[in-house]
Amino acid sequence: MSQYLVLIYEDEAAYATGDAALFQRVMEAHGKFGAENKDALRGGEALQPTSTATSIRGGVVTDGAFAETKEALGGYYLIEAADLDAALAIAKQVPAEFGGVEVRPLMVFDQQ
Amino acid sequence: MTGADSRGAGPQADGAPERLADAVAEAVADAHRREWGFVLAATARVTRDLNLAEECVQDAYAKALTAWAESGVPERPAAWLTTTARNRAVDLLRREATLRSRLPLLVDDAPEPEHDIPDERLRLIFTCCHPALALDAQVALTLRLLCGLTTAEVARAFLVSEPTMAARITRAKKKIAGAGIPYRVPDSEDLPQRVEAALTVVDLVFTTGHTAPRGADLVRADLVDRALGLARMLRILLPGDAGVAGLLAYILLTDARRATRVDAEGRLVLLKDQDRTLWNRDAIAEGRALVREALRRRPPTRFALRAAIAAVHDEAPSWEETDWREIVGLYDVLLRYHPSPVAALNRAVALSFSEGAEAGLAALDELALEPQLASYGYVGAARGDMLARLGRRDEARAAYEEALLFTENEVEREFLAAHVAEL
Repeated sequence: MSQYLVLIYEDEAAYATGDAALFQRVMEAHGKFGAENKDALRGGEALQPTSTATSIRGGVVTDGAFAETKEALGGYYLIEAADLDAALAIAKQVPAEFGGVEVRPLMVFDQQ
Repeated sequence: MTGADSRGAGPQADGAPERLADAVAEAVADAHRREWGFVLAATARVTRDLNLAEECVQDAYAKALTAWAESGVPERPAAWLTTTARNRAVDLLRREATLRSRLPLLVDDAPEPEHDIPDERLRLIFTCCHPALALDAQVALTLRLLCGLTTAEVARAFLVSEPTMAARITRAKKKIAGAGIPYRVPDSEDLPQRVEAALTVVDLVFTTGHTAPRGADLVRADLVDRALGLARMLRILLPGDAGVAGLLAYILLTDARRATRVDAEGRLVLLKDQDRTLWNRDAIAEGRALVREALRRRPPTRFALRAAIAAVHDEAPSWEETDWREIVGLYDVLLRYHPSPVAALNRAVALSFSEGAEAGLAALDELALEPQLASYGYVGAARGDMLARLGRRDEARAAYEEALLFTENEVEREFLAAHVAEL
């Protein structure tokens, strides 16, 4: 088994302008995803929008996220799966109607 | 990686008559051409690491040169090579196991039966053609791991430098291991999509060989033959798949005209001027039977339709007797189910022969804004031909000149330049 981080990138504007019904629909979708994949889930959180981000590079603190892009990292799930195909099968179910997800295997350090 | 590139440099049988050595070398080369993918796929199942599997298979082929000279070529060379490669792998893994616990670099499920060596090539195909790899990496891995081409050969085939190709292959192998791309046949749910990806890879190998994008030769026979070999392999492994049947038919029916596509001096010969008596009738007969089978599936697959179009050309007794209405009709179906700008361009050309050059030009005009065709040399060539047929010489010359800008194959360039000069 390997662990994969599923990074959710979406258009923040869609949420900034969305109404309560949208918020509820998305929450329900995530609730459903979580219930259906609880065996594989190892963690996951939603992030505050990039307007709250602070970046540090070379010791210099600046306002904002690293890259200003249309689709921003908005949350993640940590999942455990047998292989990439199994991970992709789960990642396809992650709600991301205003963007998409990126699947990254976690680094495994060789234990001598 | 360099170790795997040293094939063919194995030891010669000491003191053996030259003829025997030649026969053995021939048998090893033949087994290399036919069985590499089988042996590697079966070995990778044991090593769970593609690099190590390659090394062991390499080693087995080198051993075969001496062993077969001493005790004769075995009845089943693939089984001999696989057993030898696997023994080597087990040996190396045992030695290494005492040094550190090895992480499996290839993930698979189901254990395999011990008594016989199963055909694992499907696993290897689906790993090489995984959509999580870039398409050029899929192609490179397929040629290298399934066909046994060296990095240098793959680099030459795609006219890139060897270090570039080596880096591409290394990156792809790292992704397979790092991301956990599995070494197994996908679930039935994913299978159609994944077979499609494998067909795309084989088609790309064929297309690159059929009309080389660059270079001095129109046809790269080595690549065409590899594509045909891969399509035949898929046909054996997935006998019921209509997409596979369509692809094999398409390659056979298109490549049947290979011998007549250039003249004795290597100059381009258009379909209308080709000597049809020299077309490969066996390939056409085999392809036609496959097309009929492939077209039974609804909706028809993209390759079945492309094969059907090739079949109409192959069956026409002469250029004048070509059934262009049938071809346009087939392109219409192709565009309905599998739309692409290139198919639309080909339809426009067919239309110019069934309805006249004016109709062809009008269809071409509709494609003027297709970004995919913006730097596609065949657009200018098609327009040039249609304009020339209408006697609009100045415009035709300009169109051929535009085509020249986007054409890097020297045989095609020469052909286009001759048209520019004539007009």
